[in-house]
Amino acid sequence: MLLFAVRRLASAVLVLFAISVLVFLIFFATPGVDPAARIAGRNADPATLAQVRHSFGLDRPIPIRYALMMRHLFISRDLESFVNRGAKVIPQIVQATPVTLSLVLGAAVIWVLFAVLMGTVAAWRRGTVADPLIMLAGVVGISLPVYWLGEVVNLITQSRLHGSVFSWVPPLGYVSLTDDPGQWALHLLFPWLTLAVLYAGIYARLLRSELVANLNEDYVRTARAKGISERRILIRHALRCSLIPIVSLFGLDFGALVGGAALLTEVVFGLPGVGKLTYDALQTVDLPMIMATVIYAAFFVVLANAVVDVLYARLDPRARHA
Amino acid sequence: MPEPLLEVDDLRVTFRTRRGTVTAVDGLSFALAAGDTLGIVGESGSGKTVSMLSILKLIRDPNARISGRVLFRGRNLLELTDRELRDVRGRDIAMIFQDPMTALTPVYRVGWHIAEQIRAHEKVSRQAARDRAVRLLAEVGIPEPGRRVDNYPHEFSGGMRQRAVIAMALACNPALLIADEPTTALDVTTQAQVLDLMRRLRETHGSAIVVITHDMGVVSEIADRVLVMYGGRAVERGPKREVFRRPRHPYTWGLLDSVPRMAGPRVRRLPMIPGTPIGPLDLPAGCGFAPRCRLRHQACEVRPELADAPTGGTRNGASEHVDACWLPAEGRAALRERSREESRG
Repeated sequence: MLLFAVRRLASAVLVLFAISVLVFLIFFATPGVDPAARIAGRNADPATLAQVRHSFGLDRPIPIRYALMMRHLFISRDLESFVNRGAKVIPQIVQATPVTLSLVLGAAVIWVLFAVLMGTVAAWRRGTVADPLIMLAGVVGISLPVYWLGEVVNLITQSRLHGSVFSWVPPLGYVSLTDDPGQWALHLLFPWLTLAVLYAGIYARLLRSELVANLNEDYVRTARAKGISERRILIRHALRCSLIPIVSLFGLDFGALVGGAALLTEVVFGLPGVGKLTYDALQTVDLPMIMATVIYAAFFVVLANAVVDVLYARLDPRARHA
Repeated sequence: MPEPLLEVDDLRVTFRTRRGTVTAVDGLSFALAAGDTLGIVGESGSGKTVSMLSILKLIRDPNARISGRVLFRGRNLLELTDRELRDVRGRDIAMIFQDPMTALTPVYRVGWHIAEQIRAHEKVSRQAARDRAVRLLAEVGIPEPGRRVDNYPHEFSGGMRQRAVIAMALACNPALLIADEPTTALDVTTQAQVLDLMRRLRETHGSAIVVITHDMGVVSEIADRVLVMYGGRAVERGPKREVFRRPRHPYTWGLLDSVPRMAGPRVRRLPMIPGTPIGPLDLPAGCGFAPRCRLRHQACEVRPELADAPTGGTRNGASEHVDACWLPAEGRAALRERSREESRG
């Protein structure tokens, strides 16, 4: 177990290193991209450019620049933004993380609940009209783009029906959980639902097909011949086995979302999360900020991967000895 | 024969398909006394498995239609509700399937499976069920049952898994055990062990057994009575000794002749039944075996019924050995010899 953990950690560090180098090279060493020109502004004269280059350390060799940036990022933790001079990068990420975590965690709970419910009922009612109806709802959910759905939700809850049905909906934004749990949930309710719609559809469809396949397995016939009730067969046998691939997919999606893939939802609902941070940094080509958020995202993806591996072994005894 | 434990009467299983209704089992009848062992033999697709699955209504295909009567201890199983049937399944009638590799839910321990079976039918504590699982595993010859009970199915070998499945099937002391090709997926030594185990368990648990197999060797090992099926119909039925000594139906001859023999002169080529087994879609109107039979004649265009002597009269008064063939009752042994010669060419 210790060896497993050490190996896992080593590979995670390696992945993070590789990603940081890659991102660094993309932004600092791609031919034609000159960060100094970005910072100095349009039509800057050569003298200003040289000065900017010097003051940002851009005139030093690339490996040194990489090492310096990493030192500022991880050791002295005082990496500064290129755009807002003096603004520290890390505190901003630390501040944005709980927002993203709140959004993704809540949405995950909702989408998993809905997916399990929809997928199980559809597989259970296979052959009746309920199955295609539920699956159709799933496809609709998958096909709705988050930015469009979010805007429509905002339009309805914030403007058109805000005077009547949705008068209880607070304005866009984020309230910290520790400040006011009720307002926290209320502010996040529609972002949660919007983000969950897509994933609920995907997971429900996946779960249904897994369940249908598992219900045709020999062990289900054995269970039936044992005199086990259909409900128990569905839940204890078929569903239990169908959850294995779902869980691994969930880990990856969750990691990616916490890492910033919930960006569109955050932007649409004005949530100051990591996705929003990345989005803004990309708009201004704020390299230190991009670097930091990418490393942060990679960290969560790698972490989620490790958690999935451990969970997978817990869920599937066959994977334990491999 | 005393009141039989299981009496199947005119069992018929049909499936609605795009190409019309196909008959998988056509008018199957037999009776089984308590403690008896019946071997059902036939090639793939002869309706052996479907008929046994339909007895417990384990066919889930919505296009399947089952008719006839299946009396178990005087109750017609085909008329029971799902709830009532669930009490019969596993407690009164247990079933073992062909492939032990996939028969157990992979994410649960072996002991869990056995305990689930026990707790589905009896109100016992978890601990008591587990203790019984250990005893059952010991009974079927699993070494170190106290430790093995906590293993997962994938940690068992094929033979051990089949033993575990048998232990599970016997957990509630069923009056009838249906074993569908219990040894087919196993290697030869393990096959012998499993058959031996089933024989021993029949003594200790007193269960009647129906063994479905395509292997005449298995039947000769374990069965008291034999039912030969072809194309969804019974073509011969009788006590094992009779069927093996004086097989009557040309199909039974073919099955018996195609078993390699250890003793006697070595044959140049193993005799075989020409052609391939028919599927339920292309059953002829007459005798189902006629297209592959060397001895077919005019009469075969009408379907023969299972009878002591279909051509009339009785042969030896004992109507236990019956067959469905239009050949004259007398002189079949000679005919068999002749067709065997022909098949060697």
